[in-house]
Amino acid sequence: MTVAEEIWHLRLYVAGQTPKSIRAFGNLKHLCEAHLAGRYEVEVIDLLEHPSLAQSDDILAVPTLVRRLPKPLRKVIGDLSNTERVLVGLRLEPESP
Amino acid sequence: MTETKIHGSAVSMATLRKTPTGISGLDEVTGGGLPRSRSTLICGPAGCGKTLVAMEFLVRGITEFNEPGVFIAFEETAQDLVENHASLGFDLAQLEADGRLVIDHIDVVRADTKESGEWDLDGLFLRLEVAIQAVGAKRVVIDTIETLFGAFSNTVILRSELSRLFRWLRQRGVTSVITGEQGDGTLTRHGIEEYVSDCVVLLDHRVTEQTSTRRLRILKYRGSLHGTNEYPFLIGEMGVSVLPITSLGLRHSVSAERVSTGVDRVDVMLGAGGFYKGSTVLVSGTAGVGKSTLAAQFCDATCSRGERAVYFAFEQSEAEIVRNMTSVGMDLKKWVDAGLLEFQCFRPSRLSLEAHLFAVQKFVTEFEPAVVVMDPISDLVRVGTGVDVSDLLTQQVDFLKGKGVTALFTSIFSALQPTEAELKMTSLVDTWLRLETMEGNGERNRVLYVLKSRGMAHSNQIREFLLTGHGIELADVYVGPHGVLTGSARQAQEAMELTDVTARTEELEQRRINLERRRQSVEAQTATLWREFEDEADIVGRLLSHGSTGNEDRAEQRAERDRLRRGNPDKPDDVDQKLDTPVGAP
Repeated sequence: MTVAEEIWHLRLYVAGQTPKSIRAFGNLKHLCEAHLAGRYEVEVIDLLEHPSLAQSDDILAVPTLVRRLPKPLRKVIGDLSNTERVLVGLRLEPESP
Repeated sequence: MTETKIHGSAVSMATLRKTPTGISGLDEVTGGGLPRSRSTLICGPAGCGKTLVAMEFLVRGITEFNEPGVFIAFEETAQDLVENHASLGFDLAQLEADGRLVIDHIDVVRADTKESGEWDLDGLFLRLEVAIQAVGAKRVVIDTIETLFGAFSNTVILRSELSRLFRWLRQRGVTSVITGEQGDGTLTRHGIEEYVSDCVVLLDHRVTEQTSTRRLRILKYRGSLHGTNEYPFLIGEMGVSVLPITSLGLRHSVSAERVSTGVDRVDVMLGAGGFYKGSTVLVSGTAGVGKSTLAAQFCDATCSRGERAVYFAFEQSEAEIVRNMTSVGMDLKKWVDAGLLEFQCFRPSRLSLEAHLFAVQKFVTEFEPAVVVMDPISDLVRVGTGVDVSDLLTQQVDFLKGKGVTALFTSIFSALQPTEAELKMTSLVDTWLRLETMEGNGERNRVLYVLKSRGMAHSNQIREFLLTGHGIELADVYVGPHGVLTGSARQAQEAMELTDVTARTEELEQRRINLERRRQSVEAQTATLWREFEDEADIVGRLLSHGSTGNEDRAEQRAERDRLRRGNPDKPDDVDQKLDTPVGAP
């Protein structure tokens, strides 16, 4: 699968060091190591520091994980505690019927 | 603190602080605007004008109250909003460039989004904060927040976040307007009225008899008095206008100044000088009695005084009216050319009632005429239902009176069955002239009379109304033993009277001549009599003068006779005796 072999560029939008954002970052790291070991980049954007960046990816809710590459753009909202939903959201696993 | 101060503060606390919307009419209905630093929900079905009202709230805030604003758009893009509002004269792009307005479009697409675990709406809060800070916003619009219910599946989180949002907006000190689409049996689809409980404005869009009417109602306004009625509103070239029918008072100043009707004798019938300036006049009558002509002549008179007049024609075009009036010797074109007379001709069904009202008000405000003619208002009945029309006319009359404009409405009344709106109209107007046709003698003739005229010693007479080659003229009708006569019957009667008079004059002359003749004849007879008398007198006189000689004659005759008898000496005395003594005497 070509998608799986590409370098994944992920961006995590958070708003400050809230318990939710810390949880989200931890969950994301765990998930990436498990499924995308060696072929991912994670960029964490704190909207408190760069509020204007919220507009670029139409961020309303935080935390929001955005799959910027490979295209197309995908978003997963929340602290990523439900791993299966994240994998579906990132298209790492097909959506369960 | 003294007692009075406590009272004072209690009063000011009781009076909620308000943010004027600047939307025509809405501030009157809400008693000054929306609750300051709070959220107002504007809800209604699709296409009712929610976004527009919300946007105008921001734009007026910027242009009229120096309160910058933020528009969070979930549905339309900034570009769409700029284009859609350009037709209302709002230059959103310019306001953005001036740093007075922020339009932030948030694209909510659920398809590429999944949820996993807990989240919050801090992203939205931050975006709002950025936008508010960028322009120092005092007003915020969120259109339509319910879109979020389509974007997030975890409604538990969403609801708690929304309620946090409204708390936050309130703390932030901004006056916000939230729009929501009407749900099935609920105010909004997802019940966001639960969170926005300070003020709820309901918009509606109804179609009655193929004419759509927009209506606005203040459903709720916590801590404030507000109009409870449904108010028609319309979206015109200048934005939204709410028509607070019941909020207009009878406070207009009145004038004792008179304006000529253009027909001298009508002026006379109205006491002296014509209609009161700023009054409302109804000219009613059946078809073809000359209502329009009277209206046009009024315009003509107005323009010849150098004042402006506007003629709203619902049945005829400008060219038709101008042409038709030349037939009665009126040249309206010169007033049009001089810019004193303006025609506004359109079919009433082209616009809704509110749009009519708005169009008239807009025009009157710009043109500032002294006189407004609406010909005929009965055509408006076709557009709306009876109650609507009378509301509209009340509104119209109040508006025109407020402007000091003398208004002349014509109306086709069927004499038999006046409608509700017409009846209402009659109590609304100050002066009511009625034109009627009188049938008889094989012809129809026009008559005019003053049915009512407030504050005037008006005539009670019926006058015949003549359309002549030099305008309208009134003639006295003939009132005689056979009733009121008009037209040829009147002329015939007049002719008859004239003949009578002539006949009488001739008779008199004849009698005078006869008398003269008689006098002459009497004189002649007298002369004859005198002559006869004189003749006789002459004779008598002559006889009188001969009286003494007569005796002497007789004596002479006797002497003569005696002398003759002496000739018979035998019986001288016998003869004499026989002569003197009757025969046969002893």
